[in-house]
Amino acid sequence: MGTRNASAGDGMPQLADRLWRSAEPAASYDAVIVGAGGHGLAAAYYLATEHGIRNLAVLEHGWLAGGNMARNTAIIRSNYLLEASAALYEHALQLWERMEDDLGQPVLFDQRGVLNLAHTLQEVRDGVRRVEANRLSGIDADWLTPDEVADVCPVVDVSDRLRYPVLGATYQPRAGIAKHDLVAWAYAKRLYDLGVDLIEGCEVTGIETAGGRVSGIATTRGRIATGTVGLAAAGRTSVLTEPLGLALPLQSHPLQALVSELFEPVHPTVVMSNAVHVYVSQAHKGELVLGAGVDGYNGYAQRGSFHVIEEQLAAAIELFPAFAGAHVLRTWAGVVDITPDASPIIDSTPIDGLFVNCGWGTGGFKATPAAGRLFAHTIATGSPHELSRPYVLDRFASGALIDEHGAAAVAH
Amino acid sequence: MSRRLAQGGLINRARPLRFVVDGQEYTGFEGDTLASAMLGAGVQRVGDSIRHGRPRGIFGARWEEPNAMVRLLAPLREPMVPATVVDLVDGLEAVTLSGRGVLAPSPRDRRDAVHAHAETLVIGAGQAGLAAAERAAGAGQRVILVDDRATPGGAIPSPDAADRVAALAGREHVTVLPRTAVIGLYDDGYAIAIERRDTGHAGAEVRRVWRIRAASIVIATGTIDRPYAFDNNDLPGIMLLGAAHEYLARAAVLVADAPVISTAHDGSYETVDALARAGARLPAVVDARDEVSSDARSVCDRHSIPLKLGTVITSAHGDRRVEAVSTSDGDRLPCDGVLLSAARAPQAALASHVGIPLAYERAVAALVPDGETDRVRVIGSAAGEGLPEAAELWCAPDAEHAYVDLSRDSTVADIDVALDAGLRSVEHIKRFTTIGTGPDQGRTSGLLAAGIVAERLGRPVGDVGVPRSRPPVIPVSFADLAGRRTGDLADPVRRTALHSRHVERGAIFEDVGQWKRPRYFPRGGEAMGEAVRRECIAARTDVAMMDASTLGIIEVTGPDAGPFLDRMYTNRLSTLGIGRVRYTMMCGLDGMVTDDGTVMCIDDEHFRVSTTTGGAAAVLDAMELWLQTEWPELRVHLTSTTDHWATIALVGPRSRDVLQTLTPDTDLSAAAFEFMRWRRAQVAGIDAVVSRVSFSGELAFEIHVPWWAAARVWDALAEHDVTPYGTETMHVLRAEKGFVIVGQDTDGTVTPIDLGYGWIVSNKKGDFIGKRSLARPDTRRPDRPQLVGLLTEPPALLDEGAALVDADGSLLGHVTSSYDSAAVGRPIALALVRGGHARMGATVTAPTDGVSCRIVDPVFYDPEGRRRDG
Amino acid sequence: MLLIECPWCGPRDEIEFVCGGQAGVSYPPDPFALDDDEWGHYLFVRDNPAGPLAEQWCHTAGCRSWFIVERDTLTQHVLATRKLPEAGEEL
Repeated sequence: MGTRNASAGDGMPQLADRLWRSAEPAASYDAVIVGAGGHGLAAAYYLATEHGIRNLAVLEHGWLAGGNMARNTAIIRSNYLLEASAALYEHALQLWERMEDDLGQPVLFDQRGVLNLAHTLQEVRDGVRRVEANRLSGIDADWLTPDEVADVCPVVDVSDRLRYPVLGATYQPRAGIAKHDLVAWAYAKRLYDLGVDLIEGCEVTGIETAGGRVSGIATTRGRIATGTVGLAAAGRTSVLTEPLGLALPLQSHPLQALVSELFEPVHPTVVMSNAVHVYVSQAHKGELVLGAGVDGYNGYAQRGSFHVIEEQLAAAIELFPAFAGAHVLRTWAGVVDITPDASPIIDSTPIDGLFVNCGWGTGGFKATPAAGRLFAHTIATGSPHELSRPYVLDRFASGALIDEHGAAAVAH
Repeated sequence: MSRRLAQGGLINRARPLRFVVDGQEYTGFEGDTLASAMLGAGVQRVGDSIRHGRPRGIFGARWEEPNAMVRLLAPLREPMVPATVVDLVDGLEAVTLSGRGVLAPSPRDRRDAVHAHAETLVIGAGQAGLAAAERAAGAGQRVILVDDRATPGGAIPSPDAADRVAALAGREHVTVLPRTAVIGLYDDGYAIAIERRDTGHAGAEVRRVWRIRAASIVIATGTIDRPYAFDNNDLPGIMLLGAAHEYLARAAVLVADAPVISTAHDGSYETVDALARAGARLPAVVDARDEVSSDARSVCDRHSIPLKLGTVITSAHGDRRVEAVSTSDGDRLPCDGVLLSAARAPQAALASHVGIPLAYERAVAALVPDGETDRVRVIGSAAGEGLPEAAELWCAPDAEHAYVDLSRDSTVADIDVALDAGLRSVEHIKRFTTIGTGPDQGRTSGLLAAGIVAERLGRPVGDVGVPRSRPPVIPVSFADLAGRRTGDLADPVRRTALHSRHVERGAIFEDVGQWKRPRYFPRGGEAMGEAVRRECIAARTDVAMMDASTLGIIEVTGPDAGPFLDRMYTNRLSTLGIGRVRYTMMCGLDGMVTDDGTVMCIDDEHFRVSTTTGGAAAVLDAMELWLQTEWPELRVHLTSTTDHWATIALVGPRSRDVLQTLTPDTDLSAAAFEFMRWRRAQVAGIDAVVSRVSFSGELAFEIHVPWWAAARVWDALAEHDVTPYGTETMHVLRAEKGFVIVGQDTDGTVTPIDLGYGWIVSNKKGDFIGKRSLARPDTRRPDRPQLVGLLTEPPALLDEGAALVDADGSLLGHVTSSYDSAAVGRPIALALVRGGHARMGATVTAPTDGVSCRIVDPVFYDPEGRRRDG
Repeated sequence: MLLIECPWCGPRDEIEFVCGGQAGVSYPPDPFALDDDEWGHYLFVRDNPAGPLAEQWCHTAGCRSWFIVERDTLTQHVLATRKLPEAGEEL
């Protein structure tokens, strides 16, 4: 036989011999996190390590990290416009930079940089504004001319052949991608080692309250008594809170992505383009990973409309003519919950003991460690961390929105 | 070694075709795939494996092929495609790949798209599919029959298949599409198919996307064979049994002279018979079962083939191709090929796209679609009909160094590592091992991996399950799906009626929404700054004109038009009065500015509203939404007339004189034609609507004429030495007056009050969209970002977007507009600054360039408004 | 690609339409009678069920009419479509 590396499949690094084993639910826990995606796992990790809460379970209705964590395009960046956003995502980026040390497992975090292309004069203004604001916040950011864009990523067509030619780009060198499965597994392994119960195949069917506070949760595998529940269930948050009379400003939409077959390295960075609605990177193994905007209507089917894919591909080969011959191997959709200002909610709720981490829309993956850490803080202390103070529910009454949508028109 | 037989097959031996693989020239025939032509030429070896660099051979016959990936260089260019699905054409050139393609720029081939409707779409033209299509056609339905192969009829066409296909194709209302693959099924009977259309010219294949809506969809995609795992099971010469049969039946290619056949079901013996009849000398049939049917046994007897029952292959041997196998009974069989079929595997992934589950059936050791939807059903062997019962055969004993996924070089040992790590879900194991993620979509590895996991864990295969199948079912090229939507077809290009005039003048254009707008008109090698300065000076001191036709225009008509506009816009418009014009602003429900424009009162029941260039569609949509859903009682009609009008802004002290010359019948004097009035007039002989509005502060006229007359009026004006100007000059002129551009000086988080436009928000009239939100705590904060003017000290041109900080270095805001102003005699800027209205006279810094700026009123020029009347 | 029956034009592909979210969220008769919480709720909170939902859609590439679509967000099936109520009619 030829040389074998039995560690794992193609392109996978050496992992621990033992990752985790799914646990049986116990009768009660000090706290329960609903959703074993990246955010839920990270929140549990920080509850256990920073707040000493170990009698803890993370419930997952399917398989661990099988929701949006398995369906995103794994882009990590912190070059957001607004101070509240930039602070949050920069905190996340700094946690990403030390994640392998923290967790003791490879996550293939690769700081290959991200380009956000500008195709109109207004996008140029917005890009310059974002670069300047980022620099003041201590975030690495540069404004690149089209020629400089081509230097960073030679496969981008910066000619005026394009319907909307590239007029420049913001560039964050510290941005990058990570291998989402490995991130989840790294958290899962640490939690398993810490004695936290990871319970897969356990769907929450109801949250029980008594006297205005949480008393337990009903699951497909029986009742679990607990006074503290943290929801990290992404697109399904509304479904869980609605029976409690807690209506959140969330809408759940399909978000699609796709992947090509493997290619020799050709695309050294991450490119995002709002005007032509596409973002592209080449993953570690060599496949092109493409994402687009959300589908236009609510949906829980984990299925999107095909014309969104077609438009995304048209945009991709408009920007990257060399990708014309690449093939779509798989398409898929996650269900993302979107708030009116496209910024998340990390907060307690009017129901004592019930906490929500939701509304991450298309931006959840990159926030994973920060979302977990801030959510853990809110759960453990009952009040928001300084960084998550702007992300409270009350902003929808006061009007103090964190409107990256309107302000920067940079989604994702 | 594989070879072409002297007779048989569906190939056209009268049409030999030359082709080149890895630099070596070969000959095949019309009707070959590249793979069958290679096999016919004795070439079985393809690119080495992706991870372990192992020699590999052609393994399948269609999309299940995990090994034979090639890059096509001519005539069609494809970075990576299985050789098994490439129809051979003369002059084809390919190089073999090791699982990784090479992307390189290449000229775009033509792509088309077709929209089609049918009562019945039949996918697959084998026995079941042909019968279904015939039935539907017989019932008078519109039928579309698609088949992936160049010659329909299934893997092993029956003798009458060609005639039946021809008969179907000859019927009215029936469309037969060979070389067409359905890649995915979607909601409501929607299917996407890719046709590799043969244009009749050598190699000039044109891809067409078929977007098909069908009342009923019939999946008749048949089966392939499933292999099992044993040591060295990846050697060249090891192949799926059904693939070998297909090569024999279609291309008259015998893939091996002395292949060992290994199976676990009776369905394989028909192929044993066919191979033996074709001249293969089979060393043995290895059957995992202890008993076989009498028919199966008689096939072996007839051809004197040893039949080893209760036996499996434990290992293959050979250097660069298979030369022998060891079997579980301790035997060693020399051979030049191994043909595998542990079970038949229905190809029903399309069904799972629309929610039909695929359930594991132990008796046939296969995933079988379970049920149907109101529009989609699976028939024939794809539905599990007539599948032979099979023993569960996944992995030979002690086979650690056996491949499960040839495409991804994943082994049984990889699965064991995953299981040892604690992974139990097949989805986790798939991600850990990458099994099933290759271009063959796990066709030969998905269930196999599940079977091995189940065996290892001692659980039923059905409980373990397989990873979810995701569309498309075959790899489909980006370019095919993108179609022609690149360059100018990526998004419609809108040009005004005066576009050709601007081109003649050498305009540099800017994209504004979908419109092309002149940004400036350089003369004799002028840089933008020089041209804009000249245009600005002309507008302030002489006369200049701009094409403003891109502004949206909406006719609001009906008895309630006025009250309707009062609710939509921030100020009162119902009292405007005929002949008057008013500037207005629109907010969203959240109180943030979304658009601005002017409103002309044409008569009591007719208002003409202008919008920003980019906002026209959104404004009309918002108006329709409120009118239809909230205020159906209002008698109002909305009509977009943007494209009906051409609008020319004529600006400057000399504008009245010029226009008066062309408008002899109308008195344009300030007394006769006041500011913010409009009137009908004949301009250069054209019936026009002329209004006295000014976005520059200068004496100005807006001339609206039907689009067809635009050039005539423009040319007439041009004869009076009027300087044309573009958006850049327009921006400078308006910034000098502190007028905002919605979308530039606002960003969706700015209220009219933040802009210092509180005067436009009527507190006297009733409710309007956004009014309540302006009373929220956050919209009343004094430290909101507010629009101010900036003067740099010493004078310097700020970057638009530049940050502004206070003395502590805290971010206060940003520059929204910045220009070098000839009229003011220095650079000016507009900015959104926190609490800016209360900071007049204060100094802020643009830290990047270290420039100090004084906060000033945003009106830099002619604050008294003396110039508007000329 | 959903097939949506415009009550005025008949069944058409989804790309001809835009979805305007939950139907029947009426503008308050007097917004100033609402406190900030209530107003924020009207502005931002909409039903988000995993199951049937009545939405308003507009046939933007057709007759430009808004109408009601009842759709199951779990299966994506369009259950029914109908015209908006006339003035004075209940939804």
